[in-house]
Formats: sequence, structure tokens, C-alpha cells
Amino acid sequence: MPTNTIDPNTWIDKYSDYLFNYTIVRVDDREIAQDLVQETFFAGLKSMKNFKGEASERTWLISILKRKIIDHYRKINSNKGKAEVRINYTNDGETEGDWLEERVADPFDQNAEGKIENTELGIAIHNCIGKLPEKQARIFSMKTIQGFDTEAICNEFDITASNLWVIIHRARTAMAECLEKNWF
Amino acid sequence: MSTGNKIFVSCENANHICDKNQYKEASFWEKVKLNIHLIYCKACRKYSSKNTKLTKLFKDPKVISINQSAKDAMKEQLKKKMSELE
Repeated sequence: MPTNTIDPNTWIDKYSDYLFNYTIVRVDDREIAQDLVQETFFAGLKSMKNFKGEASERTWLISILKRKIIDHYRKINSNKGKAEVRINYTNDGETEGDWLEERVADPFDQNAEGKIENTELGIAIHNCIGKLPEKQARIFSMKTIQGFDTEAICNEFDITASNLWVIIHRARTAMAECLEKNWF
Repeated sequence: MSTGNKIFVSCENANHICDKNQYKEASFWEKVKLNIHLIYCKACRKYSSKNTKLTKLFKDPKVISINQSAKDAMKEQLKKKMSELE
């Protein structure tokens, strides 16, 4: 039986961006998303004993994160929901029982689809990065997402510039292929 | 990696320039060479357009990541927790 091992030391490098993108689509706030990711790692650490190795590390962490997101919404709702007075109902025949908000033309509605696509793009990209070999993934995201200089990366990993470009080339080819499958 | 002043470059070289160009690190002369190559090489045209598309995807403001300093802070805290649990 294949078992997946668990190693908290590599969590942040490997999964934080993926989890972060997953969260931000759902809570729409950088700070909160970052906190939730952090809490997920803590919770994962605490319940490491329960990790049976049946799922991959990432799947396991996502399942914890989902709980954390639900908890987050529970918390903010229990504070707010009690005081809310529901006066938005209208009672003029046809639209009876509709919320007022539902009757207002939504200016964002036209590009709602585009927005959803965009938010999922972040997840798709980090998903694909996660499939690259580890060194490639790190160098590629440093160069492409965080915009480090070629020289800085070369120094950090102790490689030559042409070395770096070969790695980048391989990563880009793999990324294009992966995104083609999962995105376009 | 540049090979003198040859106007015609190999596909391998053209791809290398194309990769560099995605990060705005190709020199003017390299770009000229790349474009000349693209005129007659269909395979590289395909690679080049794919590559540009990929770059565009990453320019999307929704593609975000936690910045490095925040990540380092997270690592610190995780380490602390780990030592507490041991």
C-alpha cells in the first residue's frame, strides 16, 4: 500500500501559495486568508498523528483548511447575525418575498464569469507549480511570480545563469502543458 | 550563450532568447535574431506564442502569493510550535 509521508518543514514552501489562493477565493481578504493558512498548518501539526497516509499531504491540508474557513464564517456570523433586522422584504405582488438587493441591477454581474475564471486561475497555476519537481518549482516561482533577478537566484541556488535558463525553460514547457490541460 | 554575430540562430538558441524575452532580459540584437528566426520556423513560432500566453496569465492580478517575508515569519512560528509539541 502506498503511504504518503508527512513533513511539516516543507509545508510552507510547498503548499502555502496553493492554500492561500484556495482561501482568498473564499474569504476575499488577504490578512484573513493568510491567518487561516497559518492556522491550518498549526492544526495540521497538532493532528499529525492522525495522518494515515492515505491521501496526499496537500489533500489532507486542504481538508483542514476547509474546516477553518467554515469556522471563520461561523464566527463572524454569530457576531453579526443576531443584531441584524430583516426589513428587506417587500410585499408588492409579484416580487413578494424577494430581497431588495435582488432587484437592483448588479453592475458587476456582467463580468462575474470573468471574475470567477480569474480567481480560479490562481489555483490552477499553483496547482501546476506544485506538480513541478521541487527545485524547478522554487526557481520558477521566484523568477516568475516574485520577480527576483537572475543573478540573485543564481547566487541563492549556486548555479550558473545558463543552468537557470535551462531550468526555467523546462518549467515553462511543463507549465504550458499543464495549464493547457487544466485551464484553457 | 550568444554565438557571435550570426543572424541565423538554431531553434535551441531561439527558444532560449524567447525565454529570456519573457522576463525582458533579451538584448536588442537578440530580439532581432529571434524575430528573424520566427519568420521561417513554424515550431518556434508556436512555442513563442505559447510562452507569451503563459507570461500573460501570470500578469493577471488575481495570481497572488504570500510574500517572502510573511512566509519566513510563518516558518518561524511553525518551528516554534513544533518545538513546543516535542
